[in-house]
Amino acid sequence: MPNRPSSRTPSKPRPARLVGYRRYHPGTQPEYNFPPYASTQKRCPTQPLVLPPQTISEITGPIFGTDDVKPTDHDLTRQHKGAPIGERIVVTGRVLDENGRPVPHTLVEIWQANAAGRYPHKTDQHNAPLDPNFSGAGRTVTDGEGRYRFITIRPGEYPWRNHYNAWRPAHIHFSLFGQAFLTRMVTQMYFPGDALLPYDPMFNCIANEGARQRLVAAFDWESTIPEQALGYRFDIVLRGREETPMEKMP
Amino acid sequence: MSLFASGQQTVGPYLHIGLDWLTTRDIAGRGVKGERVKVAGRLIDGDGVGVGDGLVEIWQANAAGKYAHPDDTQNKALERGWRGFGRIPTDAKGGFEFSTIKPGRVAGPDGKLQAPHLVVAVFMRGLLKHLATRVYFPDEPANGEDPILKLVPAARRATLVARRAGKNALEWNIILQGKNETVFFDF
Repeated sequence: MPNRPSSRTPSKPRPARLVGYRRYHPGTQPEYNFPPYASTQKRCPTQPLVLPPQTISEITGPIFGTDDVKPTDHDLTRQHKGAPIGERIVVTGRVLDENGRPVPHTLVEIWQANAAGRYPHKTDQHNAPLDPNFSGAGRTVTDGEGRYRFITIRPGEYPWRNHYNAWRPAHIHFSLFGQAFLTRMVTQMYFPGDALLPYDPMFNCIANEGARQRLVAAFDWESTIPEQALGYRFDIVLRGREETPMEKMP
Repeated sequence: MSLFASGQQTVGPYLHIGLDWLTTRDIAGRGVKGERVKVAGRLIDGDGVGVGDGLVEIWQANAAGKYAHPDDTQNKALERGWRGFGRIPTDAKGGFEFSTIKPGRVAGPDGKLQAPHLVVAVFMRGLLKHLATRVYFPDEPANGEDPILKLVPAARRATLVARRAGKNALEWNIILQGKNETVFFDF
């Protein structure tokens, strides 16, 4: 073939330098002590946090791959004999970092209530029906471009006892690892136009408007499956790396 | 390009539905070298009550002091199948227990070695984002020169060091508030 060197130059070995993670932009993350969410009061630290330098212990983290999940684990509508009750939806998106780079091959775990707003869990006493065909848990691994896709049903809103007449907006819990202990993130996806969002202390614990609105999925015509399921797009942005290395590995 | 990070949100009370499938109480399988230890403890809230809806995750190096991660470029061996990850849901009384091996020393800031330690993330309802802490080992001379422990006020360091509770058994509790409140980190 023309214009092709006969032998490739061997790629340089990876430089043995640690690159740390930038601190989150102010206001994008909640505080531990947030009185509007009552359960924080007996569980948030009361002593100041200690701020150490990042070390290899935090810049690394567990790596999971496609071997850790089953190919059907992303489809929450096909885990039982029958189809779950509710509106089928497709949730797709990309996992990125704050520098806009995709986070490939990373584990994404989700859990959610059924269409009636009930979890199959012994502590959920909400007077709404359980669905024998819906467990509400799924997982997948992002592809080389950081993309993921779940098929599920739209979860219902449900009451909780945080304050008088408190209702959680419809949401799906997301758990992600990224490439380091420092990028570990658990968040929630909300639905556009949910009238309960302005009342929800959970959603409103994020001061930064951009970071808060990132938790609201967008209706996505392109991932909608005709005659089958509405599509929602939900990108997740994990903590990003510094530009410059911190120090050499020994 | 700069993007706002997603805001963290609590795992809520039903975390076990989504996370228990990856429960790993035995971090070091057969064939992994190192000193075997069992670590048991309780996760306790500000009322002194055990947190029954919590989850603890562990991340650690192997006995040679190497992490199963591409950024650890040290020329040291990793056992086949070694990951160094644990995920342990708490029981109804806030108890948790896992078994592993004592990790080797890994590099710290300024080329100094850190004392053997486990990295810990704690998740529960009432935490809008998880907590980060560490477990150090008792009777370990290197604790005295650990660059991270040195940053912790001396009176609080003991909260990060497990207590010996028998042969190959350690006790380490996570106290969220009050007297003996565990030290939490913000890296």
